[in-house]
Amino acid sequence: MGLIVNKEKINESVAAELVKLCPFNAIAYENGELSINSACKACKICVKKGPAGAITWEDETAPQVDKSLWKGVSVFAEISDGKIHPVSLELLGKARELAEIIDHPVYAVLIGNKVSDFAKELLHYGADNVFTYDDEAFSDFVISPYAAAFYDFIEKIKPSSILVGATNVGRSLAPRVAARCNTGLTADCTILEMKDNTDLVQIRPAFGGNIMAQIITPNARPQFCTVRYKIFSIPKRQNEATGEVVNMQVTDSMKKSDTEIIATEYKPQEIDISEAEVVVACGRAFQKESDLEMARELAELLGGQLAGTRPLVEKGLISPKRQIGLSGRTVKPKIIITLGVSGSVQFVAGMKGSDFIVAVNNDSEASIFDVANVGIVGDIYEIVPMLINKIKAGEL
Amino acid sequence: MNIIVCVKQVPASSKVQVDPVTGVLIRDGADSKLNPFDLFALESAFSIAESVGGTVKTLSMGPPPAKAALDETLWMGADEAVLLSDRKFGGADVAATASALKLGIEKMGNYGLIICGKQTTDGDTAQVGPELAEKLGIDHIANVIEILEATEEYITVVADMDRVLQTAKLKLPCLITIDKDANTPRLPSYRRKLEFQQKESVKVYSVNDLEGADENVLGLKGSPTKVERIFSPDKNLDRRMLTGSSEELSDNIYTLLKSKKFI
Repeated sequence: MGLIVNKEKINESVAAELVKLCPFNAIAYENGELSINSACKACKICVKKGPAGAITWEDETAPQVDKSLWKGVSVFAEISDGKIHPVSLELLGKARELAEIIDHPVYAVLIGNKVSDFAKELLHYGADNVFTYDDEAFSDFVISPYAAAFYDFIEKIKPSSILVGATNVGRSLAPRVAARCNTGLTADCTILEMKDNTDLVQIRPAFGGNIMAQIITPNARPQFCTVRYKIFSIPKRQNEATGEVVNMQVTDSMKKSDTEIIATEYKPQEIDISEAEVVVACGRAFQKESDLEMARELAELLGGQLAGTRPLVEKGLISPKRQIGLSGRTVKPKIIITLGVSGSVQFVAGMKGSDFIVAVNNDSEASIFDVANVGIVGDIYEIVPMLINKIKAGEL
Repeated sequence: MNIIVCVKQVPASSKVQVDPVTGVLIRDGADSKLNPFDLFALESAFSIAESVGGTVKTLSMGPPPAKAALDETLWMGADEAVLLSDRKFGGADVAATASALKLGIEKMGNYGLIICGKQTTDGDTAQVGPELAEKLGIDHIANVIEILEATEEYITVVADMDRVLQTAKLKLPCLITIDKDANTPRLPSYRRKLEFQQKESVKVYSVNDLEGADENVLGLKGSPTKVERIFSPDKNLDRRMLTGSSEELSDNIYTLLKSKKFI
């Protein structure tokens, strides 16, 4: 893959045109020879806008993967806290939508100890087959045994796409297994689509700017992606389950590990903004601790949780556990009220699944208004105290 | 014990230019800094090296200006720093990045422990560490919040697994990724800065310097994922914008909350 200079088409005037055309000064013409140096960004302007045929782009020479051999949209079912992690159910719902486009089956792979009841339950959420690796060796999440079982599933079943919840377990396991398969992995997708040729279209916010990247894995299978909790919705549980559980053989070599789990301790139950039905989110407009008091009061009056943006966490004004966004939590409340939040892509990725969005900001151009159902252009320091008084007085 | 810390130079601000044609990041020129998560990885490495003995080397892949980030690691306390820089590394996704780092690590010699930051602030994927461990064929554990014990044979750590904290003992060599706030990173030392200014500091390797390099697994060419297009996020068309006095606006919100039964 790369740029090819076709010498027979190069003469002085063609060369001069190409040298001028390159925005990165990567093309040089010396002693009758045209060369491309390391400043080249492969932007292909010289191919598209230059004299026809002078420089051409040679595409993949790598052998093409036979996509017809890979069938099924698969979900890694995670057991957490003695139950199926809800993100796995959300992904099963999405897997069904994607699978229907290409008429593929929906699979779940379940690794753990004594998981047969969970496996049956997954059938009710739309899995055609649940493949289980059930053994004591999988009681705790340990990377090598889990990766070995997961890889065994891929080798034997050859699923086309694999969706993994972006939990701490998923974010550790998915890259490990993707690397073993020499395939791609896209983290934290917020939109998934399916092409007719079974290419999974993985869309995620990217590069910090206000930009989304659409990513595909055109020449490798399986296609791996992770998705945060609460990006998609849990499908309705079906009373009738038609699928089947398949118990996979667990071999001794899968159980080998250089890691020994010494202790597992439950973290104290903490505030979890991702479960809240009402969220009041504060942005950069909040400068100091005392400013937050009104937001906290509003959240309390509405029976909700206080949350904030990354800059507030960095300033130490709110706990990282209350941070909304790509590097924080994803929330999906019935209503979210954002106060003085400008609305970066990372923040929006963590809250755009909310049922209803009210945004208050004094800048009418703030990008948060692009996602808000109701945008209020005004001063939070006036509006919020008035609102609190009205709620307290039960006015109107 | 020899410890290698993988670091990355990231944009100092969140505005990064994207080549609209290839979808590849244009990084040069913009202000950059050492990835903040890497500071915790570095501090862990220094404190292990201080207690067990050994060296701390740092490794990065990036364009020549990424040397600045590696210089900072030297001033903080690293013994040696290596930058992998070559046009052929350009446009790498997670897999191709891990492949390049693996070559760099093999070039750097024996190691007992590889430490990465949990994630970077620009990519935010947290995937390179685990992929690198797989390519090196060693165990890894992510989201380490505390190092309980480190010896020449093993390391015992506490890792954050969402609902539980896992205390795990890993045989060396292995790879760990360090969570934010696992420790208090030290500052670069002025004395070390002066010392390193006297000598050639960061070693720079191109693809040709790396033994067994296979260009098919590096850079844009070696990336299984391709950016198909870049676009602006959907705008919500079903929206109302309200302006007016604060009194009116607070009335609007109150009525809305009441109608939706939140009050």
